[in-house]
Amino acid sequence: MTSEVVNAPRRQSRRGASFRDAGPPVALIVVFLVFAALSPQFRSLDNVANIVDAAAVLAVVTCGITFVLMMGSIDLSAAGVMGASALTVSLLVANNRNDNDFGLLGIAVAVLLGCAFGCLSGLALVLLKVPSFMATLGMSAVGLGVATLMFAGVQPNISDTMVKGLAIERFLGLSYLTWIAAGCVLVGWLVQRYTRLGRYAFAIGGAEEVLALSGVKVKPYKVAVFTLAGAFYGLAGVMVTSQLGAGLVQAGDGYDFSAITAAVVGGTLLTGGRGGIGHSAVGVLLVMVLTNGLVQVGVSPYWQGGVEGLIVVAAVAAAVIPQRRRNQVVK
Amino acid sequence: MSVPALEVRGLVKHYPGVKALDGVDLVVRRNEVLGLAGENGAGKSTLLKALVGLVAPDAGSIHVRGEPVRLRSVVDAADHGIGMVFQEQSLVPNLTAAENIVLGSEGPAVRRGVYRWEVMRRLAQEQLDKIGSRIDPLARTDSLSFADRQMVEIAKVLRIEERTQHPPVVILDEPTSVLEPKEIDTLFAQIRRLREFATVIFVSHRLDEVLDVCDRVTVLRGGRSVGEVATAGAVPRELHRMMIGSTGSDDHYHENAATTVVSEEPRLSVRGLSGATFRDISFDVARGEIVAIVGVHGSGREDVCRALFGAEPTTAGEIRMDGRTIELPSTRAACAAGIGYVPAERKIEGMVGPMSVAENMTLAKQRARLAGPFVAPRKQATLVDSWIRRLSIRTPGRDTPIQRLSGGNQQKVILARWLVAGDVRLLLLDHPTRGLDIGARSEVYRLMRELAATGVATVLLGDSLEEAIGMADRILVMTDGRVATEVACPNGGKPSPLDLVKEMV
Repeated sequence: MTSEVVNAPRRQSRRGASFRDAGPPVALIVVFLVFAALSPQFRSLDNVANIVDAAAVLAVVTCGITFVLMMGSIDLSAAGVMGASALTVSLLVANNRNDNDFGLLGIAVAVLLGCAFGCLSGLALVLLKVPSFMATLGMSAVGLGVATLMFAGVQPNISDTMVKGLAIERFLGLSYLTWIAAGCVLVGWLVQRYTRLGRYAFAIGGAEEVLALSGVKVKPYKVAVFTLAGAFYGLAGVMVTSQLGAGLVQAGDGYDFSAITAAVVGGTLLTGGRGGIGHSAVGVLLVMVLTNGLVQVGVSPYWQGGVEGLIVVAAVAAAVIPQRRRNQVVK
Repeated sequence: MSVPALEVRGLVKHYPGVKALDGVDLVVRRNEVLGLAGENGAGKSTLLKALVGLVAPDAGSIHVRGEPVRLRSVVDAADHGIGMVFQEQSLVPNLTAAENIVLGSEGPAVRRGVYRWEVMRRLAQEQLDKIGSRIDPLARTDSLSFADRQMVEIAKVLRIEERTQHPPVVILDEPTSVLEPKEIDTLFAQIRRLREFATVIFVSHRLDEVLDVCDRVTVLRGGRSVGEVATAGAVPRELHRMMIGSTGSDDHYHENAATTVVSEEPRLSVRGLSGATFRDISFDVARGEIVAIVGVHGSGREDVCRALFGAEPTTAGEIRMDGRTIELPSTRAACAAGIGYVPAERKIEGMVGPMSVAENMTLAKQRARLAGPFVAPRKQATLVDSWIRRLSIRTPGRDTPIQRLSGGNQQKVILARWLVAGDVRLLLLDHPTRGLDIGARSEVYRLMRELAATGVATVLLGDSLEEAIGMADRILVMTDGRVATEVACPNGGKPSPLDLVKEMV
C-alpha cells in the first residue's frame, strides 16, 4: 500500500449515475423507433421476433463476458471455447461420424469443457500472473486447436432431433434458443444480484485493494468468474451447433469481440466496476436492432460494417465524455 | 492504572535508504483518545501500518493488553481487536454501505455463497446504530457524502468487536482531511462516544484538532517518539516545538549560497488565478528568487502548483512569464515558456521507471538530443554525461534504468530534465525532497541554490515548514484555497515555524 496519493474530493452525484445508466435503454428505444418509422418491414411482428432470435447466441456469450468485464479483466477466449464446445457436442450426440448418442449428457459435457477452459484462463491469471488479455487469447487458440483436432477433416453433421430442434421449434413465437438465452440472462442477473461471487466480481472491479484490506481472498473469486464465463461460452457453442446442424471449428467466429462491443455499448465499463447483466442485455439488443435495421432501411451491405463500427465508437464516446478529466491516461 | 490496551516497544523499520521507524515507543491506555502528531516522514503512517499488520517491523514488539503479538495481516490485527479507518478511499465505491460494513466477514448475511440482503441490512444497521448514524444501509457508497462514508468506515471497523471479548482499538488516520468544518464536529462527537467503549488513536496534521479531541498526544520525530503531552491546557505551539525539534546549526540549507534578489520585472507573475480548490491567487516571483508556499493539507497549494504548470484546470486568472501571458495554459505551453515541474509523486508522475537515465533526462526537451528528426546518439551521450557529472548523479551509466538509482539520484535526473536544454526560467518543485535521506536532501538544496544563482526562479512546496523557511526568500501562507498572508524570509531574518503555524490554522 503506497496510497500516499491525495485523492482529490470527487463526488459523484446520484443523478449523474442514474443519468448515465439511462443512456443505453433510451438509445435502444430511440433507435428502434427511428427504424420503425423508416421501414414498415422493420416494425412487423415477424421481424421483431427475428431480431430477438438472432440475438440469442450473442446474449449468452455476453452474459459470460460481462462478469469478466465487471472485474476489470477481459476475455478473448469465447471464439476458441465455442469451437471446442461445438465439436464436442456434435461428436457426442447422434451424428454421422460415430455411434454416440448421449443427448443432454453431451450438452452437459460441452458446457463443462467450457468451464474447464475458463478455469484455466483464470488460473493463468492469478497463479502465473499472465494478464487476462493474453491468457484468454492463448486459451482461445488452444480451444481452436482442440476443435481442429476433433474436426479431423470431416465435418460432423448432427442427426439428434432434440439438439437440432432447439433452433427450429418455437414456443410463443420465439425459438427455444431464445428462451435458453432469456434463461441465461435471468440466471446471470440472479448471480450478479444475490451471490457473493457476483457481488465480489463487481467489487473487484470497483476497488480490489479494499477487498484485500478487508481480508477477502480475491484469487478464488477471479478463477470462479472466468469458469462461469467459460460455461456460458460452452453453452453458446452448443447453440451455434444446433443452428448449423453441424460442428464447425469456426462456430464462435467473431462472437468474442461482438460480445465485448455489446457489453460496452450497454454501459459496462472495460475498466470494471460498472454495468452488469441488465446493461449487457440492452447492449445486445441495441447491436442487433442496429444490424437488422440497417438492412431493413436499405443500407447497402457494403456499407454496413463500417456504419456499425462508427455508431459503436460514437456510443462509447458519448458514454465517457462526462467522466473525462484533464491529463487522464486512456489506454 | 491497568495494563495498557496497546503498547509498542522499540519498533524499527528500514526502507531502502530511509529508516522510517527508529525504535518507536508508544503506550495507549484503555478507553482513551491518543493523538499522534509528527511532521511528514516522522514515521506516523509506517507505525500505523505496523499496528494493523500491513508492515512487518524489523525489530521491536507490539503488545496487546500485555501480550506480545505478531500481526501478519489486517485480519490478524482485527482478531486482536485492532482496526483502522484508512485515509479515505477504503470503501468499495460501487457496493452498498451495508456490503462495505460486513465485507470480508459477512457471517450469516451470506449463506453458501448466496446473499441474504435482509440479514445483511440488519447487521449493517446494528453497526450504524452503535454510532447513531442514520445512513440508509442499502445506499450505494459512492452516492454518500464524504462524512457519511467516514461513518460507514467507522461502522465497519467496529465489527472487530465481534471478534474479541475486549474493547477494540480504533485507529483514525487523518480522518478530517476531506471533511467540512461542520462534518468535523460530528466526527469529534463520534470519537467522544467511541471512547465509552473503545480505545482510539487519532492522527491529524492539524494540531488544534489533535488538542481538541485527544486526552493525550504522543509526538513522533525521525522515527522515534520524542515526547508526550497531556492535552488539558496545552497549546499548539508546544506541540509544534516538539515536532520540529531543535534545528541543526549547520548550514543544511546552504543559506550562505543564497543569492540576493534584485527586484526588477518579475519572472513569474500570477494574477487572480482560480480553480476548483483555490481562488484569486496573486503573487510574483523574481529572477533567482525562491518562493515557498506553505499550508496544511487541503489548503490547495498543490493544485496551485499544478495549475501553474497547466496540469490542473483553471477558471480565471492570468499567468505571465517575463511579461508574456501564457495563453491557454497547458503543460505544453508551460514547457515552451521555460517552466519546469518536479512532481511530488516521483515514481508515478516524475519518471518512467524502466527507461534509462538518458531517456528520462531528455524526456521533456527532445530537441536537445536530436539531429533533424533522429536521435543523435553521440550528442545525447555527451549531453547526458555532462549533466551526470555536473549534478554528481551516482549511476553506473547513462543507460541504467532510472528505477535502479536511489531516490536522491532519481530526483537529480528529473531536475536535469529541465536543465538540459538550457532554457529553464522557472522551476516548480512539488515536495522535491519527499522520501530522501538527509544527505540527498542537502544536495537537492545545493542544486536549488546554484540554479537560483543563475537567475532561475523557484516555487517550492516544502516537505516541512523547516525546509520552506530554510530555503525560501519569501513564503506564501495558504489556507482554504486563498493566500492568507505573505511572510518575508530573508537570511538572518527568518520567521519561526510557530509564526507560520499561527497563520496556517
